[in-house]
Amino acid sequence: MDAIILQFLNGLDKGSAYALIALGLTLIFGTLGVVNFAHGALFMIGAFCSVTVQRILTLSTETLSETQKDFLGNPLKIKTPYVESWFGPEVGAAIIDWSVPLAILLAIPVMLIVGFVMERGLIKHFYKRPHADQILVTFGLAIVLQEVIKYFYGANPIPTPAPAAFVGSFDFGPLLGLDTSLAYPYWRLVYFAFSAVIIGAVFAFLQFTTFGMVVRAGMADRETVGLLGIDIDRRFTIMFGIAAAVAGLAGVMYAPINSPNYHMGMDFLVLSFVVVVVGGMGSLPGAVLAGFMLGILESLASMNEVKNILPGIDQIIIYVVAIVILLTRPRGLMGRKGVMEE
Amino acid sequence: MSFSKLTRRGLIKTGAVASAGLALPTYLRADGHSGFTNAPTGSTVTLGFNVPQTGPYAEEGLDELRAQELAVQHLNGEGDGGMLNTFSSKALKGNGILGKKVEFVTGDTQTKSDAARASAKAMIEKDGAIMINGGSSSGVAVAVQGLCQEAGVIFMAGLTHSNDTTGKDKKANGFRHFFNGYMSAAALAPVLNNAYGSDRRAYHLTADYTWGWTQQESIAAATEAMGWETVNNVLTPLASTDFSSYIAPVLNSGADVLVLNHYGGNMVNSLTNAVQFGLLDKEVNGKKFEIVVPLYSELMAAGAGKNVEGVIGSMNWNWQLQDEGSKAFTKSFGEKYGRPPSNSAHTCYVQTLLYADAVERAGSFNPCAVVEALEGFEFDGMGNGPTLYRADDHQCFKDVLVMKGKENPSSEYDTLEIVEVTPVEQVTYEPDHPMFAGGQLGSCNPGA
Repeated sequence: MDAIILQFLNGLDKGSAYALIALGLTLIFGTLGVVNFAHGALFMIGAFCSVTVQRILTLSTETLSETQKDFLGNPLKIKTPYVESWFGPEVGAAIIDWSVPLAILLAIPVMLIVGFVMERGLIKHFYKRPHADQILVTFGLAIVLQEVIKYFYGANPIPTPAPAAFVGSFDFGPLLGLDTSLAYPYWRLVYFAFSAVIIGAVFAFLQFTTFGMVVRAGMADRETVGLLGIDIDRRFTIMFGIAAAVAGLAGVMYAPINSPNYHMGMDFLVLSFVVVVVGGMGSLPGAVLAGFMLGILESLASMNEVKNILPGIDQIIIYVVAIVILLTRPRGLMGRKGVMEE
Repeated sequence: MSFSKLTRRGLIKTGAVASAGLALPTYLRADGHSGFTNAPTGSTVTLGFNVPQTGPYAEEGLDELRAQELAVQHLNGEGDGGMLNTFSSKALKGNGILGKKVEFVTGDTQTKSDAARASAKAMIEKDGAIMINGGSSSGVAVAVQGLCQEAGVIFMAGLTHSNDTTGKDKKANGFRHFFNGYMSAAALAPVLNNAYGSDRRAYHLTADYTWGWTQQESIAAATEAMGWETVNNVLTPLASTDFSSYIAPVLNSGADVLVLNHYGGNMVNSLTNAVQFGLLDKEVNGKKFEIVVPLYSELMAAGAGKNVEGVIGSMNWNWQLQDEGSKAFTKSFGEKYGRPPSNSAHTCYVQTLLYADAVERAGSFNPCAVVEALEGFEFDGMGNGPTLYRADDHQCFKDVLVMKGKENPSSEYDTLEIVEVTPVEQVTYEPDHPMFAGGQLGSCNPGA
């Protein structure tokens, strides 16, 4: 029982990442009709916003040590971060320690700008082109973006730790009245809560604001909204920026979970597309539902008890479920009629 | 001249013969060799450096390339000579190889067997490379070694740690300087016994390919021999990035040690995940929970950051060694590139020099002469103490390092510390050891 609860928690955490990326993907598809294969790269850029903030905060002055030597036998360069010089060692160290949450402040404007530039500079030229063209150009863009990141940051993963206050794990065992330990990392719980807030904010924005209402109307019938004199393209461009920001924020907070590397976007991309298709193309609630469902199923399938009966099931469970759902519900769990249909 | 005799059938026949000739790899064409593949005819000789330049091991590949470039400089008499000054064999004079200036071409393995074979093939067929060196994966090493055997060139493996490379997949044209899974296990077991005791229950997470399988088999055998129990061994796909669902079951498995048979990005992520789940803070069976990473690299340790602190593993070589060869190489490399070399850089540098030295001693580039010169060759001054290239399996036998993640690193390169230099006698095994059974070296192929 405890193993099932633990994998369920794990699934919620995995599902959070899938849901956030898939939410942005389906938002772009639902508004602009574009299949954006560069969306994983936006997640990766978000994670590198964390790395960048960490690097900025650890910019240092160098002094030569009188006692320690470097690997060549020269006096070792001792680095003292500027923030520690300016604010004192304790406050400076605390600021550096909180570099990942602070990176959210950088990521929001950066990702909005990246989103606007991508949409205005490239993707808008492909609105009326076949989906195959869109896939090719956005996939190419994803490769370019990851090579740019690799050029500046290298191919090695870069450790980006969570604040010390969130290191360690919370034991759900006593809380659930279990005798055994049921530890789950604090930061993963934070990630789940953060995802829930972002998903809620996106839904609230679309549901309760005039802007959101127009966007929803545009998603339902773009031409009619345009005929009413509303500049729907401008709003859709803003939605592209918001979708990029959602993916970026998912990446920022994911950085302490797995050290960021230039390839991490591609690792999530294919799964996120499966999530979008299972949820229903263009359906925001469908993307979120499918994200959590597939994340939980994937985690449960990786239990040793399950794998002993069905070896390798953890690797294919998502695709098996996708096949079953698409056979029984061709539009996905919550897909709308007319989307991606002639 | 008349065209009247040129029939349609004749034209097709001629075309077919010409096409077949053109389609033959150059190493099978008469102009491609003088008794052996890519025999150098001019004043230069070309070496092929096949390393991951893209993909997850690109950083390691870049470090290998740095070392290979340095080796070529030293062979050509440029720079400070590095390990040429400490190498026990004095056949190399800094005037190239057999008087021919050394040039090199590079290929990108992408850490994919098919891509690595394609890039090695291109270097052999198009660029005339006479030796292939480099790589950061056992899957790639086994694939490229097979290609070199077929093509009739020498393969001086880079970083490859699977027992199979010089076990069931060994080839006469292939040589490995790097250590292997069995050697890691033989070096680690006594240190683990001293550090954690003989009454432990180990849970293994293992990368699902040749290297992971053989390392897990070796570590499990060595630790079980000293009294540990292997609770479980879970194979993880190479493409995995989040290991949380594999780590979570460890917590309640009754295990008090987690062995991560992972390398590169897999190791960075699985170790990070394990530390996040608080494994190192736990007490199980009345003992502090421990994590072991049998194969370390400096670049991986840097990627894992503080998570490696106190974690024990093994390495082929480390820049902190204080023998004259290691100091000379670290100085050369450090002054040229501003950073200490990794152990993958070291093995590629040493392999390049060993190949060149073997050619000099043999007096020929013929692969069979090189094989003969390397088989049973004993040398020193290359950083690992007295070393033997065993004739039976083309595996180097030398001291092995047991490492530990440093508690308070003084710089970004100071992530690991040497716990023990395990003597070669402790890691040596018989050529017919069951873990290395199933393959034959065969005979050398000069490609003629």
